[in-house]
Amino acid sequence: MTAPWHSAALALGDDALVLSHRLGEWAGRAPVLEEEVALANIALDLLGQARILLSLVGDEDELAYLRDERSFRNLHLVEQPGGDFAHTIARQLYFSTYQRFLYERLASSDSEFTALAAKAVKEVAYHQDHAEHWTLRLGDGTAESHERMRRACEALWTFTAEMFQPVEGLDAVDFPALEERWLDSVASVLERATLTVPDGPRSRAWTAGAGRQGLHTEPFGRMLAEMQHLHRSHPGASW
Amino acid sequence: MTTVEAFQAAFDAAVAADERIEPRDWMPEAYRASLVRQMAQHAHSEIIGMQPEANWITRAPSLRRKAILMAKVQDEAGHGLYLYSAAETLGTSREELLDKLHTGRQKYSSIFNYPTLTWADVGAIGWLVDGAAITNQVPLCRCSYGPYARAMVRICKEESFHQRQGYELLLTLSKGTPAQHEMAQDAVNRWWWPSLMMFGPPDDASAHSAQSMAWKIKRHSNDELRRRFVDICVPQAESLGLTLPDPDLRWNEELGRYDFGPIDWSEFQQVLKGNGPCNEQRLDRRRRAHEEGAWVREAAAAYATKHGARPGRPGEHPPEGRPAGRTHRERPEKPAEETGTRAEETGTHVEAAV
Repeated sequence: MTAPWHSAALALGDDALVLSHRLGEWAGRAPVLEEEVALANIALDLLGQARILLSLVGDEDELAYLRDERSFRNLHLVEQPGGDFAHTIARQLYFSTYQRFLYERLASSDSEFTALAAKAVKEVAYHQDHAEHWTLRLGDGTAESHERMRRACEALWTFTAEMFQPVEGLDAVDFPALEERWLDSVASVLERATLTVPDGPRSRAWTAGAGRQGLHTEPFGRMLAEMQHLHRSHPGASW
Repeated sequence: MTTVEAFQAAFDAAVAADERIEPRDWMPEAYRASLVRQMAQHAHSEIIGMQPEANWITRAPSLRRKAILMAKVQDEAGHGLYLYSAAETLGTSREELLDKLHTGRQKYSSIFNYPTLTWADVGAIGWLVDGAAITNQVPLCRCSYGPYARAMVRICKEESFHQRQGYELLLTLSKGTPAQHEMAQDAVNRWWWPSLMMFGPPDDASAHSAQSMAWKIKRHSNDELRRRFVDICVPQAESLGLTLPDPDLRWNEELGRYDFGPIDWSEFQQVLKGNGPCNEQRLDRRRRAHEEGAWVREAAAAYATKHGARPGRPGEHPPEGRPAGRTHRERPEKPAEETGTRAEETGTHVEAAV
């Protein structure tokens, strides 16, 4: 028997786990050494959050390594592969802003997530600050960086509505209000970065809420194959 | 006495008295050049050394191990940053040093030209490669050049966490399933000899040793440190339940230390010349990261110019200020359990040995 908040813990835990993995792919490839440190720092914060959230539901390693892609509940946004530094920053801006407002709300509500959210909100505020500063530097930097940042913001825009689909077990969260706050915040950062809010749709019929139901984009299966391969090759082993 | 002679005499006296030489002090040009070479090579090794381990971040077999590995690779980037900063006190710049790395004019440790083929390699690198690095670096905490010595104090603390974590990883594998044990043994077999080569050529073939020791940059000879490392590792291998791939390894009662077999110096020379298994790939990857990041660095510089921020490196000084008290270096999510307090359980005593 799973409680509704288990679904929520899984959804939020999977978001953090998958984005942490994607950020881990930057190790040794960042454009400047300070960003090696910063991106790893953010990845570690997210991995820490994922471990706490997954442990609320069951064994963290079983959940991370032995579920197939149809059982993962993360957003499409966080599973998007690679891309350039601008893509990483745009993804981080969209997601950290969402996570910040969500955790602020959870920290002030009485739920299974209150303590976790109170701790995580400090980390997430730093992530958002980092993403915001880089959005400004890239958007208002050179012609090339402006163009790359614009393209990245537009490419990921289609995944942003999914964040505000109601999540089972997070009844305390007013998602439409969260979405409004998010739109205001992101629009203001983009404006200061001399960028415009993308005008494409924020979701497509096929993608709306799909990740939360275990319907993912194609690159995700490949990511899991890499992540889970070693663990699955040694059933029952301890590491 | 001429002025230069007087400066030289003051420098010699300071070194003889074990005083620290500081950036504004006069120093012989050869001393400066030798330090830049050594510190740059050390910094480059931290940066290139991220690659063999980062190779396993996305495949780490448990979330706990993944967190430890990410934190370790992050620490290495941090060590690179300290060391470049320390080298900059000698009048060079990080950009210049990176350029010398990218164009092959400066080297990095030969060990990082070996591939990480299994998960156990992550443990073998922690135990052996970091162990060898610590044996080399602890004496550098007393090096005559102040900024280098101080950087080493900070770096050695973190390195010894890594070393213990690597040991503990190998111990878990060694005591795990037969397949895991075999994986651990195979990794030790492959990393043992390259780790011994980390101490550099034998004393009679070491170009810089004598002068470095006279300047008190180095405190011990290559062979002396290598022997010390072997003496530390043999009992550790026994408690790991793993063997070292050297049929000549045996206790020498008379000398009170272990004798070990001959090192294949031709392999070492080949790796140094660029013909090791991963030389090209490591340098390519580093160059590519730098080239592909050029537009990002240019953007940060352009933004700083437009907005009148003080010129700095991208990422270092956010133009509008970061909330006080929070820096990149902090890691609130790293529990004490994962920063090496397990040493007591694993029985590695690196500091005691060096």
